[in-house]
Amino acid sequence: MPMCAASISAKGGPAVADPLLEVRDLNAWYGPAHVLQGVSLAVGPGEIVALVGRNGAGKTTTVRSIMGLIPKRSGSVRFDCADLSARPTHERFGRGLGYVPEDRRIVPGLTVRENLVLGLLAARLGKAAEAQAIEAVAQRFPRLGERLGQEAITMSGGEQQMLAIARAMLSNPKMILLDEPSEGIMPALVDEMADLFLDLKRGGTSLLLIEQNVELALEISDRAYVLDQGRLVHDGSSADLLADPTIRDRYCAV
Amino acid sequence: MTLDLIVAQLFTGVALGAVFVLLSTGLSVIFGMLGVVNFAHGAFYMTGAYAGVFVLALTGNFWIALVAVPVLIGVMGLGVERFLIRPLYGRGQDYPLLLTFGLGYVLIEVVRILFGTDGMPFETPPLLSGGLDIEGLGYFPAYRLFVIAMTAALMLGLWILLERTRYGLIIRGAARDPEILSVLGVDTRKVFLLVFGLGTGLAALAGLLAAPMRSVNPEMGVAVLIEAFVVTVIGGMGSLLGGAVAGMLVGIVVSMTALWMPEMSEISMFALMALVLLVRPHGLFGRGALAR
Ligand SMILES: Nc1ncnc2c1ncn2[C@@H]1O[C@H](COP(=O)(O)OP(=O)(O)OP(=O)(O)O)[C@@H](O)[C@H]1O
Ligand SMILES: [Mg+2]
Repeated sequence: MPMCAASISAKGGPAVADPLLEVRDLNAWYGPAHVLQGVSLAVGPGEIVALVGRNGAGKTTTVRSIMGLIPKRSGSVRFDCADLSARPTHERFGRGLGYVPEDRRIVPGLTVRENLVLGLLAARLGKAAEAQAIEAVAQRFPRLGERLGQEAITMSGGEQQMLAIARAMLSNPKMILLDEPSEGIMPALVDEMADLFLDLKRGGTSLLLIEQNVELALEISDRAYVLDQGRLVHDGSSADLLADPTIRDRYCAV
Repeated sequence: MTLDLIVAQLFTGVALGAVFVLLSTGLSVIFGMLGVVNFAHGAFYMTGAYAGVFVLALTGNFWIALVAVPVLIGVMGLGVERFLIRPLYGRGQDYPLLLTFGLGYVLIEVVRILFGTDGMPFETPPLLSGGLDIEGLGYFPAYRLFVIAMTAALMLGLWILLERTRYGLIIRGAARDPEILSVLGVDTRKVFLLVFGLGTGLAALAGLLAAPMRSVNPEMGVAVLIEAFVVTVIGGMGSLLGGAVAGMLVGIVVSMTALWMPEMSEISMFALMALVLLVRPHGLFGRGALAR
């Protein structure tokens, strides 16, 4: 549990006493378009937090800003007691912030195994430890285990999604930002994925989960933020949001 | 037309091709990775030859030059990427293209000022000045054999680096999708920097190796840059194997047409390029849809 010496949470701060990730007053622009307008959110250690909202609400932009991938942005990102606001993307990963992007980003031309090894590069393991880590993934994701030597982009969409998640998990990050992990995946696999996320949570990993499948997201998350047109319009416990459909109907209907 | 004349010319073509291979490899790796069309590549080649002249004058030892020249010019390449090209990323391909185009002229002018416009003699290193006489086949100069062997060894080493090591995995990954590598903790700016330095070092080595075979003068990189582009296009942008095959092919075609139709030797490689592009628009080994 991180106990930061100088936590900045004060008046009107997020509803988490001692957050692992704390985002304050995030703004982002694409050219002149001001698409994120003062988003503040927090995720505690071992928490699953959902981020939901309509298409174009700014969910992807939010997590890309947290990873430092949006060139024109402002606001502060604190993670694990460190101010990452001005740090480059690879250092954010190094601090324990994993990210599974919306479009999976499986690297073409590389095999499944090579794509997995990419997730281990920063750990600088020896060959034996690396093989061991890949073996553990093969056990946990048998579909990937059977296809280690196959060119990764020839796999099905669901398998690629599993690969993207496995790749982000390999380095044992403290937190993973997941952008629509269930997109294009058949229902049976979605349940499997939900179990995986709950497993991760039990292991102490925090998740920030973006989902089109709002029901699913609310069922497995502890808290939720609702984003609309670049602003947060609601936050609260997922159970409350699940029980009260008015906000969902207003901001999450497609 | 006798057999030994044909063999001799073929051999010359292979040695020439080896220089093309080294040069186009750097060009193609830099393009495949950074998306930069490097018009200064010919000037780096020329600078390599002059750095060779300089190191040779200082030490009198060709073997020291063989190591020092690629390192020196490679370090210069690091500086060029870090301070001139890096600020231009994300601004479209025209910017680095214009920058390297201008840089090429600057380097030529600097060499003219420092070493004069006349050109320099470059003696074949004494150890390699002999040759191999094979009965009934002809005479093979040792230096050219050395250039061919050296290129083959380098290409093999480069292939092992790219396909069999973690550094190679990083380079291949970052060529396809630099963003995902940064998300996985790789400092891609550093990768770009080192790849540019490597490409520049290879160009300098090509210039040094070519020096005893072709003349050393400030303009020596101008024509060879065009040849390297033709090789890269024939082989397929970003393909190591393509560059190696195409380099040999162009070297052989150029020197064989010089034998049979000397007046055609200047344009034969362009004819070859047109022919290849008609059949394979992305080049012999090109895959077409490179990330950028
Ligand atoms: N590269 C870009 N250039 C310009 N505008 C963009 C770009 N990416 C996103 N936008 C705009 O920014 C806004 C927020 O987009 P974002 O992708 O963050 O939404 P989202 O909530 O993730 O949507 P979805 O549910 O469809 O994934 C949208 O209006 C979108 O059109
Ligand atoms: Mg999105």
